[in-house]
Amino acid sequence: MTFSFLDFAFYAFAAVLIFAALMVVTVRNPVKAALFLVLAFFSAACIWITLEAEFLAIVLVLVYVGAVMVLFLFVVMMLDINLVQMREGFGKYLPVGGFVALLLVAELIIILNAKVFSPDSMPRPAGQPADYSNTQKLGEILYTQYAYPFEIAAIILLVAIVAAISLTLRRRPQTRYQKPAKQISARKEDRLRVVSMKSEKPDPDAAGAGTE
Amino acid sequence: MNWLWSTYGSLPFELQVTIESLIKIIAILVPLLLCVAFMTYAERKIIGYIQVRVGPNRVGPKGWFQPFADVLKLLFKEIVIPSNANRFLFLSAPILSLAPALAAWAVIPFTDTLVLANLDAGLLYILALTSLGVYGVIVAGWASNSKYAFLGAMRSAAQIVAYEIAMGFALVGLLMAAGSLNLVQIVTAQTGGIHQWYLWPLFPLFLVYFISGVAETNRAPFDVAEGESEIVAGFHVEYSGVTFAVFFMAEYANMVLIATLAVIMFLGGWHAPFEFAPFTWIPPIFWLLGKVALMLFVFLWLRATFPRYRYDQIMRLGWKVFIPVTLVWITVIGVFRFLTPFGFIFQ
Repeated sequence: MTFSFLDFAFYAFAAVLIFAALMVVTVRNPVKAALFLVLAFFSAACIWITLEAEFLAIVLVLVYVGAVMVLFLFVVMMLDINLVQMREGFGKYLPVGGFVALLLVAELIIILNAKVFSPDSMPRPAGQPADYSNTQKLGEILYTQYAYPFEIAAIILLVAIVAAISLTLRRRPQTRYQKPAKQISARKEDRLRVVSMKSEKPDPDAAGAGTE
Repeated sequence: MNWLWSTYGSLPFELQVTIESLIKIIAILVPLLLCVAFMTYAERKIIGYIQVRVGPNRVGPKGWFQPFADVLKLLFKEIVIPSNANRFLFLSAPILSLAPALAAWAVIPFTDTLVLANLDAGLLYILALTSLGVYGVIVAGWASNSKYAFLGAMRSAAQIVAYEIAMGFALVGLLMAAGSLNLVQIVTAQTGGIHQWYLWPLFPLFLVYFISGVAETNRAPFDVAEGESEIVAGFHVEYSGVTFAVFFMAEYANMVLIATLAVIMFLGGWHAPFEFAPFTWIPPIFWLLGKVALMLFVFLWLRATFPRYRYDQIMRLGWKVFIPVTLVWITVIGVFRFLTPFGFIFQ
């Protein structure tokens, strides 16, 4: 088996991905951790592109890097995280945390050792012709075969959005909001009254015509 | 010359492709950067005339060499790194904001054959890359260790999240009308004269897209991230010399990009407005460039005309006006497509 350019690309991106993922959990500064997570997402997207899954790859960048991580950074930057305080009780939780981690690793080893996940049962997908549109195929499947699950997922997400907003929305009656409709509909006549009145002092120009 | 061709032919195929692509990239980027340079001159001149001033007129004939003088000045200035700033992130932030603005040009078609990468998901690629530009601003604001810069970065992040959604929905409407994510096919679908342009059936989406584009590039009247009268210069307050110049270039490259995209998606790309004699004499690429110049003029015109939006007004416009407008218009397009699957408006 020859070492093709695609193999090289895979190993390069995979190395960056693993490095970034390790840095996310080990780096001390939470902002840097979030930025490493961005790098990890980006490398994963690059690997997907080498698998000809360009729609998923670009959407990964668009949704996770372009929107979710921006919000994450937004929050993380405003947090005042005291690392000393956070590291208190690290030893106390270590046995439980370590046990859970070991359990996860063991489970992963068991499932990934199974035959369905072996490289032989998942060969590299055959390359598609140049005019093959990943996006179109996904859309066709999503809106025909999986239309109901897709719509149900959408409704659940919508409900989640409404729930999240209603949980966090605080109405403050004393706050004065701007009412743009009222501002736009305001007319000059409602607010301004033009009064014509005589000047109180006698006009110097009219009285002593140009003495200077 | 002959030996050059023969050595080129003897190179491995991958290397040939790389060299060819590199030459194409240079052929796109050099004119783009020149355009950016003269855009600064155009901006100062046009805003000058709008405000009944003359604008720069000292360097070269009528001030035409002003961009070069500015570039030289910025190159020779010292780069000051604030104390306790994160040095690596501070220096990479300008590059983070410039790189997506330049990388997006890879899929821009200048004519039906003149395009670097005719991607099938070109529209998505553009959307993904324009959403990356905000990292430059956020990282700059955070790494500068300055309150003004941080405030600017926070404002920019909130603004971009709001307008990104409206922009994405505007593009959803476009792809419903065109039935393709490929930018070349989107323009080809607008063949046949000015009445075929997507400007007419998608007029609300065009407005939403262009205004969101102005907001995404942090241009006036949406320049709260800079807000020089409130937070000095916002996210780039600590940047000087070349690092500032790179931010500046990113902003203008983004402007040119948004203008080009608006032309490609709504104004018929390289097509002439009328398909008869005097209009077809002009080569297609000049139609594209002319329309882009017009859109760029609108950018400058907006800046000279409108005062800066207040922060809550920006948020209201993004969330409560643009997103509902795009949603309604997507429904309208869907209904039209459903009722007229084989023609009438969109084919």
